[in-house]
Amino acid sequence: MKTQLKTALPLVMGAAMSMTAPMAQAADLEFYFPVGVNAPAVATIEQLTNAWAAQNPQHTVKAVYAGNYEETTTKALTAAQAGDPPAVAVLLAIDIFTLIEEDVIMPISDIATSPEEQAWIDSFYEGFMVDTRFDGKVYSIPFQRSTPVFYYNKDAWRAAGLDPEVTPATWDEMVEMGKKLTVKDDNGNVTQWGTRIPNLGLAGAWLFGGLVKSKGDVLSTDTGTEARFDTEAAKASLEFMQRLADEEVMAPGGITWGDTPKAFLEGQAASIWTSTGNLAFINENAEFDWGVGFLPGGDGPGAPVGGGNFYIFKDITDEEQAAALDFIKFMTTPENQAIWSMATGYVAPSQAAWDTPQMQAYAAELPQALVALDQMPHAYREFATFQRARVTQFLVDAIEGVITGETDASAALAEAQEKADDILGEYR
Amino acid sequence: MNMRLSYGMGFILLFIPCSLLVAFTHYPALKALLNSFWNNGSSFRPSRFVGLDNYETLLEDDKLMQVLINSFIYAIGTVPLAIALAIGMALLVNSKLPATGLMRLSFFLPTMLPMVAVANIWLFFYAPGIGLASQLLNAVGLPSINFLGSTDTSLVSMMVVAVWKEAGLFMIFYLAALQSIPTNLKDAARLEGAGSVRIFFTVVMPLLRPTTIFVAVNALINAFRLVDHIVVMTRGGPSNSSSLLLYYIYEVTFGFRDFAYGATLTVLMVVILGILAAFQFWVLDRKAHYQ
Repeated sequence: MKTQLKTALPLVMGAAMSMTAPMAQAADLEFYFPVGVNAPAVATIEQLTNAWAAQNPQHTVKAVYAGNYEETTTKALTAAQAGDPPAVAVLLAIDIFTLIEEDVIMPISDIATSPEEQAWIDSFYEGFMVDTRFDGKVYSIPFQRSTPVFYYNKDAWRAAGLDPEVTPATWDEMVEMGKKLTVKDDNGNVTQWGTRIPNLGLAGAWLFGGLVKSKGDVLSTDTGTEARFDTEAAKASLEFMQRLADEEVMAPGGITWGDTPKAFLEGQAASIWTSTGNLAFINENAEFDWGVGFLPGGDGPGAPVGGGNFYIFKDITDEEQAAALDFIKFMTTPENQAIWSMATGYVAPSQAAWDTPQMQAYAAELPQALVALDQMPHAYREFATFQRARVTQFLVDAIEGVITGETDASAALAEAQEKADDILGEYR
Repeated sequence: MNMRLSYGMGFILLFIPCSLLVAFTHYPALKALLNSFWNNGSSFRPSRFVGLDNYETLLEDDKLMQVLINSFIYAIGTVPLAIALAIGMALLVNSKLPATGLMRLSFFLPTMLPMVAVANIWLFFYAPGIGLASQLLNAVGLPSINFLGSTDTSLVSMMVVAVWKEAGLFMIFYLAALQSIPTNLKDAARLEGAGSVRIFFTVVMPLLRPTTIFVAVNALINAFRLVDHIVVMTRGGPSNSSSLLLYYIYEVTFGFRDFAYGATLTVLMVVILGILAAFQFWVLDRKAHYQ
């Protein structure tokens, strides 16, 4: 999918688009965005937003930081139902089914109809476009897309007598190497764990999707009506997590998402599984030699894709709609994708962005950034169905139940499957 | 001074608070009751009248059972503990010890902080391995405890945060009550030969009873009302072990966007709070001694 898109067209087109002629009609845009990573994201968003406003003095845009992803979706939906939607918002890519069901978003392919605009939509990597489509239409534009990678502390690798350029490729290797990396003090208390996979809440479910993918299955299909929890792959994935805890490679019990980068930086974990969105933060704060590799996999590499896309809302004026589209085009020019990607670590979603001189220089200086791109062909969309929040919660309950030792994998997954089928049955 | 207010003016003055009360309290409560008889609609499936279906779901909801048990433990645990701690702190700062001003400030400080800030501070205390609690445990040779990541400790960890935050406020009420107790009562008791412990339990405590009832009502309401720290720290997890009723309502209503079931749960919560308030005012009030 990478080579297929490697043409000069998106680059030329992107540059042309950033110079789009100003519209005649003025519009006041309200733009909701979330922040989900440790990065100076708000400042960069404001910088880009102001640049657009400066180019389009007839319009105004108000960038509203609306909390994390969930809070932003809640706010946007509530505002839309109260009849005052934001014109444009960055929301989770997988919220597409919820937003369609609530009938608040407009297919972007319905308004971006010119050949240049079609080419613009086609310029993004296919891996990021999968979850923008429903019923043959494109509903969103990839923006802050991420995928988890395996961050590891090369100094800890050396101390354990491991080759600092080799990361575990399989789960067995993870366990084997992890055992060497776990360090205990004189009292027998662990001071450094071999690895750390966040397993609580939605972040836990997100990473879990990657484990399942690496065993050759998926948690959800693109219909939005099928959840696949009670599978051999899901069971094997849960058992792998249990095995990590049993063999003292990973701390037992629940592991939070938020503390993960900190645990890595403080030397509490020799390796972590977390989003590329933390690249910039770790690069800035790590006081040791570190590297990035593919996530260890069951039968082969596997990772989930996550992150947020631009959506345009319904029930706004035509001027606002046109301005919103122009704003999104501006935010996703190859140059601006590059700025955003470098500031945060999010994976720039088009080849054109990776071809810009800034991005080339960045990749040369921080080669870790390229790993996520190479891992993309093995990545699959994050769990998404209708009633996503509720159905995902069944999966979260199953994962948390198993890691805290309340229930066993087979029973937990069977129960989650039954509840999910109950809900999704209505949509089939 | 005693100017008679015209009926028109009186009506206007009553109208403003009444309309606020109706708009923000009575109408939403009534609307929640009505919504609980309908199912959840969307653009695909319009909402329809389902009678008591939502209440049947309520009875079969395993997660609700767990959440109610959690809420019960949370209230039983935090209310008496916060009250006991508040009385202890009030006695301490009301004594003739040096630096009571500094003590009052430091005891009251947690109350002044917003709950979200408090939760973030405690998040750092609790972080396994890197947090303050872990470092203290490790310093004495004990292993780290995964406070928020284990089903055994997550709810208790939430209760500690709540008590830490609440006790300071209640201390202020007890301090005011302590200072209004006439010293001649204590002097008389002392003349009769009572020791300080005896004075506290037979003279001071009965006089504090109205304060205790007031504080107990408030603490109980807060136990159901304050869930900000849950949102910040655990989101009800792991495995719903720290989920409380109000957090569950929030999750169902705004997370799952199931407004109908959210309304049903809200009705349940209003009923529970109503029963508790009735019990406190009618049963405990009768035993209170007001001067």
